[in-house]
Amino acid sequence: MCGIVGIYLKSKKFEKSLGGMLSKMLISMESRGPDSAGFAIYSSDKNKNYKYSICLNEMSFEKFKKEIKKKVKFSSVEKNSDHIVLKSIEKPNKILPILESYEKISLIGYGKSIEIFKQVGSPSNVVKKFNLDNFSGTHAIGHTRMATESAITTNGSHPYSTGEDECLVHNGSLSNHNNLRRKLKKNGSKFNSENDTEVAAGYISDSLKNRNLKQTLKKGLSELDGFYTFIAGTHSGFAVLRDEIACKPAVIAETKDYVAICSEFQAMAHMPNVNNAKIFEPEPGIVYSWGK
Amino acid sequence: MNLDLKKLKLRSVNEKLQSIDRKKNNRKFTISNPEGNHAICAGLTENIDVTIKGHVGYYCAGMNQNANIIVDGNVGTGVAENMMSGKVHVKGNASQSAGATAHGGTLIIDGDTSSRCGISMKGIDIIVKGSVGHMSAFMAQSGNLVVFGNAGEALGDSLYETNIYVKGKVKSLGADCEEKKMDKKHKSKLKELLKKAGSNIKPDQFKRYGSARKLYNFNIDNVSNY
Repeated sequence: MCGIVGIYLKSKKFEKSLGGMLSKMLISMESRGPDSAGFAIYSSDKNKNYKYSICLNEMSFEKFKKEIKKKVKFSSVEKNSDHIVLKSIEKPNKILPILESYEKISLIGYGKSIEIFKQVGSPSNVVKKFNLDNFSGTHAIGHTRMATESAITTNGSHPYSTGEDECLVHNGSLSNHNNLRRKLKKNGSKFNSENDTEVAAGYISDSLKNRNLKQTLKKGLSELDGFYTFIAGTHSGFAVLRDEIACKPAVIAETKDYVAICSEFQAMAHMPNVNNAKIFEPEPGIVYSWGK
Repeated sequence: MNLDLKKLKLRSVNEKLQSIDRKKNNRKFTISNPEGNHAICAGLTENIDVTIKGHVGYYCAGMNQNANIIVDGNVGTGVAENMMSGKVHVKGNASQSAGATAHGGTLIIDGDTSSRCGISMKGIDIIVKGSVGHMSAFMAQSGNLVVFGNAGEALGDSLYETNIYVKGKVKSLGADCEEKKMDKKHKSKLKELLKKAGSNIKPDQFKRYGSARKLYNFNIDNVSNY
């Protein structure tokens, strides 16, 4: 089943309450996905630092900090429950191999504006654990998971990020992910789980090298076989796509201040002025996108 | 009587509306703050009037018998699914599978519906003043589907004996669905349905679609139609 949610702010008015609004959406979508939850929040970083979102798993924060100090120059490392956000001006091609050499930790995402947090457990526990209510930003995407084809782990949770400032959440299932994973691996993509959505995220990252997000998703219609409603995020905004059968639901509300997308309307019933918003369902096979 | 879903539990509101005494005089209700909740007004059996003020979630007015339900907003998946009798009027848009498997009654939607409107309908009259999405009236068995706007792909796929009337364009017809002649009998039925929906559009502006009846029994000559 799974629940997907997203908010894109058109004006600065609600930037400080972004985390609080997303948190309510995720809690409301608990009935669609009680196994794990996660969210990606985008905000502009004026320091031009890269932010590396990492789940420490069993590794202790002190030990990690001590070790990473020797290898990487960083401006700050912030702990949030079992996750950390490492900020550094060092480029990903230098830092990623170092982080990947730690077997215990999971690199969840990186980029100049994205921060990702995801964990197993009910959405209400997950948002409380990471204090989502206190986050601000320009846009955000979230997911509540009802696990089907792979294990309930942090690496099996959404959002999936396979490129700089990119992320993907998915309601549905893909049937050609094993084949596609093999193809993408040959082109140099790396995967950390057996999950189908991670393959779709890898597919999008690979395709974005030569195309924009809208073109990528359009191409995906013929290459990603299965059921899906996707929300794909980038540093500037997000795009939504439903497969052509459109069994997986989505509803969008748009006002002059924001765009909200959820699996079910009840998840956005708390949004400001939602009853006067333009409310519609994304049509099958059509890419919708918002961005600056 | 107003029932506020911000103060009352959905289950208690539904239980109250499901157990109205036949002899009770107060038969008009409003529901405020529905906030997208599912199964609002499901399983009503008495001829009462209920107006829901706001957007609702899935299966609103499901299995309805006799009740007259108005939704002043949008509805989610499966509005009036398996309705037996009564009337459901949606003032906004409807999601997928509106009026699915319904045996009777009338469903009026002022806006659009998404895919599979009237899937497997078994006698209900559905009148959509906007457009309907793909696979509408899929395996529809009986009743009438009237569409003022356009119909999406594969309209009436594997259709049985439902009559479909469309005023706008049909993107494509599904297997075993074809355009049919509109005779006097159909025109007068359509006129009656349009009157029910408070419309004075002339039946002549609609085209009728029905079953070609080639797929009722398996016949190897028709294999390409499946």
